[in-house]
Amino acid sequence: MRITQGLFQGMRSFRFMILVMMVFSLGTIHASSENPEGGEESVGDMIMHHVLDSHEWHIVGDLTIPLPIVLYHQGQGLQVFMSSNFHHGTTAYNGYAMGSHEHIVYENPDGTINEEETANIIDVSITKNVVTLFMVLGLMLYFFISAARGYVKNEGKAPTGLQSFFEPVVVFIRDEMARPVIGEKNYERFMPYLLTVFFFIWIGNMLGLVPFLPGGANLTGNITVALVLAACSLILILVNGNKHYWQHVFAMPGVPIPVLFILTPIELIGVFLKPIVLMIRLFANITAGHITILAFVALIFIMGEISPAAGWGVSIASVALSVFMTFLELIVAFLQAFIFTLLSATYFAAATEEAHH
Amino acid sequence: MELITPSIGLLFWMTLSFLIVFMLLKKYAWKPILNGLKQREDNIESALRSAKEAKEEMARLKANNEDLLKEARNERDLMLKEAKEIKDKLVSTAESEARVKADAIVAKAMEDIELEKKAAVNELKNQVAAFSLEIAEKVVRQKLGDQKAQSDLVDSLVKEINLS
Repeated sequence: MRITQGLFQGMRSFRFMILVMMVFSLGTIHASSENPEGGEESVGDMIMHHVLDSHEWHIVGDLTIPLPIVLYHQGQGLQVFMSSNFHHGTTAYNGYAMGSHEHIVYENPDGTINEEETANIIDVSITKNVVTLFMVLGLMLYFFISAARGYVKNEGKAPTGLQSFFEPVVVFIRDEMARPVIGEKNYERFMPYLLTVFFFIWIGNMLGLVPFLPGGANLTGNITVALVLAACSLILILVNGNKHYWQHVFAMPGVPIPVLFILTPIELIGVFLKPIVLMIRLFANITAGHITILAFVALIFIMGEISPAAGWGVSIASVALSVFMTFLELIVAFLQAFIFTLLSATYFAAATEEAHH
Repeated sequence: MELITPSIGLLFWMTLSFLIVFMLLKKYAWKPILNGLKQREDNIESALRSAKEAKEEMARLKANNEDLLKEARNERDLMLKEAKEIKDKLVSTAESEARVKADAIVAKAMEDIELEKKAAVNELKNQVAAFSLEIAEKVVRQKLGDQKAQSDLVDSLVKEINLS
């Protein structure tokens, strides 16, 4: 546990550093918004555009890959078409148009937004993040089913290929997280979830760091994805919570009844706060990393707009810092997966702990 | 705000696909992987354990062998000792028996000698008596006037007696 505590502390200072850098870089962007040329807005937009989800996959310049728009429009049924029909949000298609932040809206024939109809649209489009999600999950299926085949094929022999690559990580999760934290009796129950979550976050993070096509999306730094992961952890805590756990939530033993009036609400909030913190931690760390790297890159163009010489001058420092940040993010990619998994494991441990006093 | 607003589309796809993949991985990946790992670890453990047991067994056998050897050696020593004892006993009994016999023989011989001696003395006595009688007879037969002549005669007679 001492290692993990050390890691927590390391994480805390590291996150603080990220925060400082983020403030610093956003400050830079903001400073440039005083720039009369008007390039400032585009920088902020550029960063947000890369961090947020999108209906099309921007590759370079004007080159984009259109992604399918899937809408469930109450009364109209399912609508499926390519996002290229919007021509980057400039034109409407069958009454549907891309509103602010790429939200799909329904337009009246005169071009104004029909709020009533827009409220009836449920957007389940295959966005950039959904595509990345499928890629991550597809990679996981491929990696681990092939690795699993190795255990059947090479039974009694040394692991090979993917099997030997992932085995130490699987053993690490089992022997350094699940087993010591949850305990010998219950750990096996949670292993599939812990492994799935760990590799999902890790592979998602790594894919997010790839700056070109298969990567670049901010999947694990997306609040929705973090929300689903945290919700899964919460459900597992609630489902597996034993008598001892609930007793400690609702009626902490050995505490006078008047104090329980204060303690029980706090404990109850804590039950939900834990997964919420898991969600925010993952979302904030990964998004911050993306923003920081993008900000360093954007710095070159901001300076370049002031004067080309400044742009070239800054580019050296910016590239160096971006490279440094990318390496840091490689660590963060693993660390965040590790933290999410480890904390989930400690919550499962608390939920399944037997009374011992 | 956009950054921290969950979107329904992604929520739907994430929940659906994550759960499906979780189930698939649980059944087709994690189960065989974890079982395989466990099995391998169990195999290694049991192999190590049996190696240790074999080593212990060997040590035990070796100790057994040594015990057997020691026992055999002890038995041999004991047998040798017993044999020696028996031999010593035999020799000593034979010796004492021989001594007893020899003593008996010697004693008998002594007795015989004594008897012979007695017989010889008796015979000698008889002889001496006979000679004495003879001498006396001769002395008596010669008329002996003078003492000197009588003594000479006795001396000559005594000289005549051949003690053989």
